[in-house]
This record gives sequence, C-alpha cells and structure tokens, in this order.
Amino acid sequence: MDTGLQAYLTVAGLIFAIGFAGVLLHKNTLIIYMCLELMLTASTLALVAFSRFYGTMDGALFVFFIITVAAAEVAVGLAIIVALYRRRRTVQVDELNFLKH
Amino acid sequence: MSAFLFYFFSLLTVVAALFVVINRDAVNCALCMVVALAGVGAMFFLLEAPFLGVLQIIVYAGAVMVLFLFIIMLLDETARHRLRISEINLVFVCATLVAMAGAALWLAHQYPSVAQLPKVEPMPTDQNPMAYASASKAFGFGLFTRYLLPFEVAGFLLLIAMVGVIVLSKRPEQIEANPAEPPRR
Repeated sequence: MDTGLQAYLTVAGLIFAIGFAGVLLHKNTLIIYMCLELMLTASTLALVAFSRFYGTMDGALFVFFIITVAAAEVAVGLAIIVALYRRRRTVQVDELNFLKH
Repeated sequence: MSAFLFYFFSLLTVVAALFVVINRDAVNCALCMVVALAGVGAMFFLLEAPFLGVLQIIVYAGAVMVLFLFIIMLLDETARHRLRISEINLVFVCATLVAMAGAALWLAHQYPSVAQLPKVEPMPTDQNPMAYASASKAFGFGLFTRYLLPFEVAGFLLLIAMVGVIVLSKRPEQIEANPAEPPRR
C-alpha cells in the first residue's frame, strides 16, 4: 500500500475506533475524556490528509480551529470534573448516578 | 524514506493509542496519550503542514496533557479504583472496535488513491492564494481573509472558556450562597 490518502484515512479510522473502544471500556471520567480527545485528534488527522491530497488550505485551517476549541473544551471539562469531585468525592461513572433516583 | 517515516509514526501512534485504552493506571494512560498525540503531530509534518505539527505538539501534547496530568494527580482516584473488565464487557468492546475499524477501512477505500500528489509550494501564489502551502504565512492569509469571522469567534470562545473555568473552580459555597439568608458575620 502506498502512503496515499487511503493510508492516512485508515490510520485516522483506527485511532478513532480505538478511542471509541476506550470510551466504552473505562469507568474513570478522566480516562474517558482522554479517549474522547483521541477521537478528536483522529478526525483532525483525516482533515489534514484531505486538505493535503485535494490541494486546498481549508481543511488545515479547520484543524487550527479544532485545536483552539479543543484546548478551551479541555479546560472547561476538567474544571467540571474537579467541581464534580469536590461535591461527590468520586469521578467514576458507575458511582455518578444521582440523576437516576 | 517518507513511506518508512509514515509507517513508523502510524505504528507508534496506533500502538500508543492501544496502550491508552488497555492501561489500568490513569498516569500511564496520560503518558501514552502524549506519545500518541506527538505521533499525530509527526504525521502532520509528513503531510507538509509543519505549522499544525508544531501547534499539535505544543498545545495538545504539551499544554492539554499537562493539564490532564495535574488533574489526575490532584484527584488521585486511580489508587482506589482500577479498571475491572468483565468478560462480557470486553467481548462487546472488542466487537465494537472490530466493527468500527472495519467500517473505517471500508470508508477509506471508497476514496480513490491519488496517484500524482499535488506539489506543495512553501508559499501560496497570487493566482491561487488558498492553495495548500507549508508556510505559516499561508495559514495567516487564510485566517485573516476567508476565516476572519471564525477566527474572531475562536478568540471570544477562549475568553469565555477562561471566565467559565474561573467561575467553575470557585468554592461551591461561594456560588451557592443563599441570597435569602443574611450573610454571616
């Protein structure tokens, strides 16, 4: 297989699938969040590959925005996790069931 | 040479991503995550987007993962709770992983293999200013012409996120002080 568009998309798809499996498998909110970031990164890799192979700048510029938004998102998400931990003393998703009852 | 580098970094990234998933300890997960994100950054370099590669390594593998490690060490949850995987859970997750990887492979092969790659100039030309170029100046041009409004919105988004994080990380009693109750002296 040549290192063409297909190769990059395959790698991006594999990373996305692995990240999704991690989201399903783990119980720790922090690790779930990390796996979500992995999925986001896989999508940026696909965008840059499309941008490179179709010869336009737009996909690469979108990745710039995605990295910006991801940085803001991580800061807010981690602040929410810390606030959650302060109140409930846990970040395990199977113990965070207070909306259920 | 470029093909070898691609296979090296894609293998590194996929193996590191797998280690993120199968590790039981959150700190180890975060360190494998740094390797995976740096591998993606290296692939940005191979795709002739060095600006994005540097950004990926500084912002993602650097700042974001440092934040993650801080929070992991602050909460110190992993000592009490380690990942317990039941067999039925593992079967479902493996099935999902195989199905999604298969779908990704199938989708990737829907795209025609580009035989002749468009040649990348370091600088965009005047005739086609939005063509793919490796120089950071091309990014600047795109950001300040076609994507000026999203650029400004991204700046505001960062400001709002900063204010939101400050509000969220205040002590709960400061936020939830009951206004009907007179303040304690």
